[in-house]
Amino acid sequence: MSTKRETDFLEDVDLSREKLLNRVFYGTLVVASLFGLVMLLLLIADVVWESYQAFVTFDIDLGNYLTATSSSRAERAGFGASILASLWLMALTAVLAFFIAVGCAIYLVEYAPENRVTRLIEANLANLAGVPSIVYGLLVLALIVNDAGLGSVILAGAIALALLIVPIIIVASIESIRAVPSSVRDGSYAMGATKWQTIRQVVLPKAMPGILTGTILALARAIGETAPLIMVGTMLHATRYPSGPLSSFSAMPTQIYNWTYQADRMFNGLAALGIVVLLLFLVAMYALAGYLRKRYETDGGSISNV
Amino acid sequence: MSTETPSGPGISGDDSLEAAHEKNRRVRRVLFGCAAVTVVTTVAIFLVLFDNAASYFFGARISEVLFGGDSIVRTVTFTEFFTGTRWAPDHATPAHGVLPIVAGTLTITVGAGLVSIPIGTATALYLSEYATTGTRNRLKPVLEVLAGIPTIVYGYFAVSFVTPVIVSGIATYVVNPTGSWFDSISYLAPFVLDPVAEWMMGVSVGRYSLLGGILVVGTMTIPMVSSISEDAMQAVPDDLRNGAYALGATKYQVATRIVLPAAVSGIFASYILALSRAIGETMAVTLAAGFNANLTANPFAEIMTMTAYLVSIARGTSAVGTVEYQSLFAVGLLLFLMTLSMNLLNDRLKRRFQEEYR
Repeated sequence: MSTKRETDFLEDVDLSREKLLNRVFYGTLVVASLFGLVMLLLLIADVVWESYQAFVTFDIDLGNYLTATSSSRAERAGFGASILASLWLMALTAVLAFFIAVGCAIYLVEYAPENRVTRLIEANLANLAGVPSIVYGLLVLALIVNDAGLGSVILAGAIALALLIVPIIIVASIESIRAVPSSVRDGSYAMGATKWQTIRQVVLPKAMPGILTGTILALARAIGETAPLIMVGTMLHATRYPSGPLSSFSAMPTQIYNWTYQADRMFNGLAALGIVVLLLFLVAMYALAGYLRKRYETDGGSISNV
Repeated sequence: MSTETPSGPGISGDDSLEAAHEKNRRVRRVLFGCAAVTVVTTVAIFLVLFDNAASYFFGARISEVLFGGDSIVRTVTFTEFFTGTRWAPDHATPAHGVLPIVAGTLTITVGAGLVSIPIGTATALYLSEYATTGTRNRLKPVLEVLAGIPTIVYGYFAVSFVTPVIVSGIATYVVNPTGSWFDSISYLAPFVLDPVAEWMMGVSVGRYSLLGGILVVGTMTIPMVSSISEDAMQAVPDDLRNGAYALGATKYQVATRIVLPAAVSGIFASYILALSRAIGETMAVTLAAGFNANLTANPFAEIMTMTAYLVSIARGTSAVGTVEYQSLFAVGLLLFLMTLSMNLLNDRLKRRFQEEYR
């Protein structure tokens, strides 16, 4: 075969269309991938711009804003009562959700036999994670707020949020408990420890950083939830400081909703500032979770804390 | 998965050992109780929603009929509920056709899917097949942030930017090439929301619009599509890609004809998850799309979703026993059943793609 004929053969193949197609496709993918980034930047720019406007146009006093209760007069309205209500909510939600979730995770990893009940529980977890948050609000509204007569109080809101985040904490805890090597358990058994002793004193301490990280992330989700709180019957104006778990309340997101809903532009400015505060809380929680993960990743292999 | 290790030495008859075993059994029961709570929650959702929804249709809750001896009165017929085209249970002349708000929910869901599915899939393909490690490490956190932002913030974004700037911009472009027809939709603009919009576009759309809802819900569901789809694409073995390259396939061909089909069940699972989230989405659609139970596909009109209806009633704190209160649960039950069926489908698809390449 002569080399000439081979070159002819190659010249017949026109790859320009393929190359163009590849480039166009690549370009499309890059542009599409940037969409999310652009929207995020727009969102942040919008919130920052509106907050800036709140200070410049409406002359909002930051000290008053952070400490006062809300008011129907925009000049006097503050976010303090909502911040406190959200802190109450978080604390109660954490207590309500944590033990049940961790208990369920321990059961599923360490105890559960491979049978239909276990499969039912596991399938149900996946289902619960997909239930719209507003439905948890409806459940608590009917069962706790009205039938049990608790009323629209912080505790009721915390129950709704706890139901919402229990599946999330369970999934994180299961992962974390599974990650504890079985040699560690065997070592404990070899020392004569019972199963519960092994779990409580060996497995849980090692899994705890992961469990806590998951819990903090779940709480970060809970603190931003609005719909279940509205369903529970949160009063939408935080006109009083909450005095305890049994007082009515408006948390940060519901207060933001109320301000956003108003037609008055000054209220929208207040809402933007509220969003900044809410996002700062979220950033702090994500940072804490990240710190925990990093810190315990570095001495992952050691069992010195047992 | 239980660890089949005998606990302690097998000496029977030891009192302290018996006590330890007894304690273990107790602990096991408590932990099982914790696990049972999750199942009880699901059962409670079912029972409570059915129980209260019954009072909307039959004038009394199931529990009241069974234990309180209340009699059944047909108040709202199923025919009216499922086929009526006007939804206003709280009006002086009530109407109980749920179709407008179901249509509102489905329009938002489909529209959001049209935004998030192509963009999410493209993002996943880019991350999985094209991006360098550095780009991936930078782009993935952005998507995580997008997923972590509370929905109320998206609602605010819709009210203060998306609707007044983007949607009214589109409205200008689509509706106003000659400048005459636009005057006819001026009913959409009861007030100017954002001076910026007017300055930029010289136009104002109403405070609420279907398109605004679609855009924000679409944006917030992108991360669900992209991250699960990417997992599915990453699970495709490299052997398949290399085989295709060996046959002379280009990168485009590998991406579209090897990776996409191989990961299809995982990708579909991500679509269903995103659509299911869009159905249950509340705050963003409430603030973006509004409270007007319209049967319309006009992207610039105000509509109402099922969740927005729930919020509008809960805002008014209606008293227990009123028709509005009962309708909350009828709508809530319908919403729950819709998302439940989507979740079951999603679960099956996900299981399939996980089993494919183990």
